[in-house]
Amino acid sequence: MYSEKVMDHFMNPRNVGEIENADGVGEVGNPQCGDIMKIFLKIENDIIVDAKFKTFGCGSAIASSSMATELIKGKSIDEVVSLTNRAVVEALDGLPPKKVHCSVLAEDAIKVALMDYAKKNNLNIKGLENFKVRDHEH
Amino acid sequence: MKKNVYLDYSATTPVKKEVFEAMVPFYTENFGNASSIYRYGREAKAVVENSREIIAETINAETNEIYFCAGGSEADNWALKGIAEANAKKGRHIITSKIEHHAVLHSCKYLETRGFEVTYLDVDEYGMIDLEDIKNAIRNDTILISIMYVNNEIGTVQPIAEIGKIAKGNGIYFHTDAVQSYGHIKLDVKKLGVDLMTVSSHKIYGPKGVGALYIRKGTKINQFIHGGAQERNMRAGTENLAAIAGFGKAASIADETLYEHRSRLISLRDKMIKDISRRISHVKLNGHPSERHPGNVNFCFEFIEGESLLLLLDNQGISASSGSACTSGSLDPSHVLMALGLPHEIAHGSLRLTIGDFTTEEDVDYTVEKLVGIVEKLREISPLHQ
Repeated sequence: MYSEKVMDHFMNPRNVGEIENADGVGEVGNPQCGDIMKIFLKIENDIIVDAKFKTFGCGSAIASSSMATELIKGKSIDEVVSLTNRAVVEALDGLPPKKVHCSVLAEDAIKVALMDYAKKNNLNIKGLENFKVRDHEH
Repeated sequence: MKKNVYLDYSATTPVKKEVFEAMVPFYTENFGNASSIYRYGREAKAVVENSREIIAETINAETNEIYFCAGGSEADNWALKGIAEANAKKGRHIITSKIEHHAVLHSCKYLETRGFEVTYLDVDEYGMIDLEDIKNAIRNDTILISIMYVNNEIGTVQPIAEIGKIAKGNGIYFHTDAVQSYGHIKLDVKKLGVDLMTVSSHKIYGPKGVGALYIRKGTKINQFIHGGAQERNMRAGTENLAAIAGFGKAASIADETLYEHRSRLISLRDKMIKDISRRISHVKLNGHPSERHPGNVNFCFEFIEGESLLLLLDNQGISASSGSACTSGSLDPSHVLMALGLPHEIAHGSLRLTIGDFTTEEDVDYTVEKLVGIVEKLREISPLHQ
């Protein structure tokens, strides 16, 4: 049911944990649906120098968090803003249709973390002006 | 060392070797159609009747009260729809519970679209039905009560004989889905006071695709599959000869070894429940502490989600099941866990381990050992766990 990539990132998740005094923190999902994703970012000179996550959820939710944090490390804020859930799905060699929402959760958690960073620093991030967390549906 | 540990006996069981051997001749040599009058047909007929007799004896029924069909789901569908249609003039109200198998619940939903009314009884935190609730739900137009004997997810055993008395006292037909109790609890249709009872072969080490509906003599019920005159004109279709032979063999083994099987399972079950409760914090046993299926262990592990748990257990060679939304393919955790009143986030972390005849003490130890590490690993990843 899951690709080898998904299984690898689920069994050996990268970047698990929290960042103390993170520059941006984003949490999406809710326990009712059975998924919560929390992403921590460390940002220096507009570059994501570190990213960590904590996730409550199924195998694909954990794998999506792991892959998403891998994809954004070392990238500029601009690059991360243009990252979509499709990129996470592709990097995982696909997700079952019912599990695509997990990758949406990852994209949204990262964007919420960036918004948090922008708010703390009184910045406007281009491309996030109209961002809204999507309704989380399976 | 990695082992292969199957702990999903409530989902299905392997066919026992003796059962398989009893089936083989009916595929290759004695393959006749039981409706034929020549030798092959007569031999086939004798096999079907022999199995019928065995199954009748195991539940203290008359031989002609046993009707073979394709399994538990068919028997449930037949009982519900067959009684509803045949008794619609008398009334259109049915009583069941919120924790029934989908074969019963979805049959009820269907009947609602055909003008029947259904009362779905609540259960308490252990999954137990309150007898007073049944009495209060009975109306003048109630024609059927259908309550499962043992719940497939949480293993709670209902007071079927008590419900039987209430049904009888009110002149209402009573059906029980006994798929999860057959082979684990001694069943006696007379003592239980049931009019209809569902049993299945593949939960008692028999083949899949065969089951039976017990229908008390004189019960007003419509036939379910229309066609030939098989099963005394009540269920058409050429008999699944080898499967029926296997079902008979499995039923006879289950009946002969029932007490030994039960006590062995109970001791493994209680050990597993004790070890998990002792070694893992923030867990909740689902189901009733004592009125429980002998092989059922069902826990919720706080802060983690069931599908992740199953995948990591599978990676260690352990096969189990969960009532989490991600494994049921819907937004909500299982209807049974919801009926217990569990909060969503707790219900998402459920794990069912069901023990059977081939489970050893080593399997239990191995599983608990692996479970401890897996739960810890998932909790480390979880933002809910501090």
